[in-house]
Amino acid sequence: MEQTLLTTELDVTEAASVECASCAAGVRPLPEQRVFKPWVSSATTVGVLLLIWWAVTTAGLIQPVFLPSPQAVVGKAWTVSTTGFMDATLWQHLGASLGRMLVALLAAVVLAVPVGVAMGLSRRAHAILDPLIEFYRPIPPLAYLPLIVIWFGIGELSKVLLIYLAIFAPIAIATAAGVRHVDPARLRAAQALGATRWQSVLYVVLPNALPDILTGIRIGLGSGWSTLVAAELIAATRGLGFMVQSAAQFLVTDVVVLGIAVIAIIAFALELGLRWLQRRLTPWKSMAS
Amino acid sequence: MSPTQGLQFEAASVIYPGQSQPALHNVTLRVADDDVVVALGPSGCGKTTLLNLAAGFLQPSQGVVRFNGERISAPSAARGVVFQDNALLPWLNVLDNVAFGLKLQRVPKAEREQRARAVLAQVDLQDFASQHVWQLSGGMRQRVGLARALAADPQLLLMDEPFAALDAFTREQMQELLLQLWRRNGKRILLITHDIEEAVFLATHLVLMSPRPGRIVERLPLDFGRRYAAGESARSIKSDPSFIATREHVLARIFAHRGQEQ
Repeated sequence: MEQTLLTTELDVTEAASVECASCAAGVRPLPEQRVFKPWVSSATTVGVLLLIWWAVTTAGLIQPVFLPSPQAVVGKAWTVSTTGFMDATLWQHLGASLGRMLVALLAAVVLAVPVGVAMGLSRRAHAILDPLIEFYRPIPPLAYLPLIVIWFGIGELSKVLLIYLAIFAPIAIATAAGVRHVDPARLRAAQALGATRWQSVLYVVLPNALPDILTGIRIGLGSGWSTLVAAELIAATRGLGFMVQSAAQFLVTDVVVLGIAVIAIIAFALELGLRWLQRRLTPWKSMAS
Repeated sequence: MSPTQGLQFEAASVIYPGQSQPALHNVTLRVADDDVVVALGPSGCGKTTLLNLAAGFLQPSQGVVRFNGERISAPSAARGVVFQDNALLPWLNVLDNVAFGLKLQRVPKAEREQRARAVLAQVDLQDFASQHVWQLSGGMRQRVGLARALAADPQLLLMDEPFAALDAFTREQMQELLLQLWRRNGKRILLITHDIEEAVFLATHLVLMSPRPGRIVERLPLDFGRRYAAGESARSIKSDPSFIATREHVLARIFAHRGQEQ
């Protein structure tokens, strides 16, 4: 009896010392104090989807012509990058698409920002331009594509123009809103320091609208990129949209899936890049009180 | 000093469209020499309208507001404004905010930065020149706002409830800082507030205002601010029986006018 009591006591002290060692080693976070990492959940979603894709295709539940396996798509990515598809490598297709996007984006920023500023500053400019933008903005690009081909032909201009129109409206509208919503106290502060009208626009209104302009560019890039496939329907010989279209015509499903994957990855990268640029250029927007 | 120097309200009234009562009725007031004129009153008494007239953000419906003899028709760098919510530009750092007025006047970069640094030292922010304004506390931001107005070297400082958004301790520090700057630079100041103790402490001329219609109901010449500027401590001034008596008198007057209305 005495012996058991002793051993139990010993166990307790031993357990206590172990407990203490873990205490000293570091504070264990309580379950609810653990930092939530959103990217872990997002990565899990993507991983599970890939796993299901791999399982159903490898098990032969779906024929490759309807859904090729992930390994087949990766293999195709290698072939298309090196030997090419429809007389151009994946990089040339990608380069053609990105080039069109870049030209359309530059043209849209150069024109839409001044138009948006004018619309934000002058109610007359807003009254003149707003119906034009609001008229074409909700029309799906495929609906006015034939008209653009009739007017501007099947060359590079029509493709860039289609993407440009998709980017222009969001930037112009967001810029106008940003300019209109300038903090009146900041404007008065500049005036009381002797600012002329143009100095107020340059030093207060424009920087104040920068977060909205960047948001407009983000939205514009999204809609521009989704117009790409439509734009490359017009007698293109290169481009991701063209690659997907022509692969579909020959039922080369792995190239279709590859093209969709590349389009998605580029869109995601553009979005992340612009968010980074927003944090970089307008830090006060996310951190100011 | 000539009688036309400084800020002069001559029977100025402001009637906003659609309002039956004037926001400001028949106000005659002068801010000259090294005056600190404090307009005190409850909300709706027209004190913000008074300041907007002086800044040139607003034109009187009747009467005239002059600065150095000339009718005020627009805002000017000669009349610096300090705003309640400081209205700083968050895309500029502290130094560039302070130098902003000089930039608008096309002062060369090296000179304007040197002058801005000198003013920052006066408000004790010389170590924060390269910080973003949104990284600062409310009191520090208000000091940047004060420095920005001072850097442009105005002849008159207009202050729109400048310390109302600050906590009590920071507010007292800022009041003392303002009097120190006033002693050093000798600027004439028109300050509006609804804080009675602040008004009595700072003013060389206290103007009591009352609403419906917004008007001046009493003027008191005071010297507590001058006593602080001459070196007496804030605590000794604020515990002085004459300070307390003045504060109570002003409080009673404000409640008397409120009582008349009801």
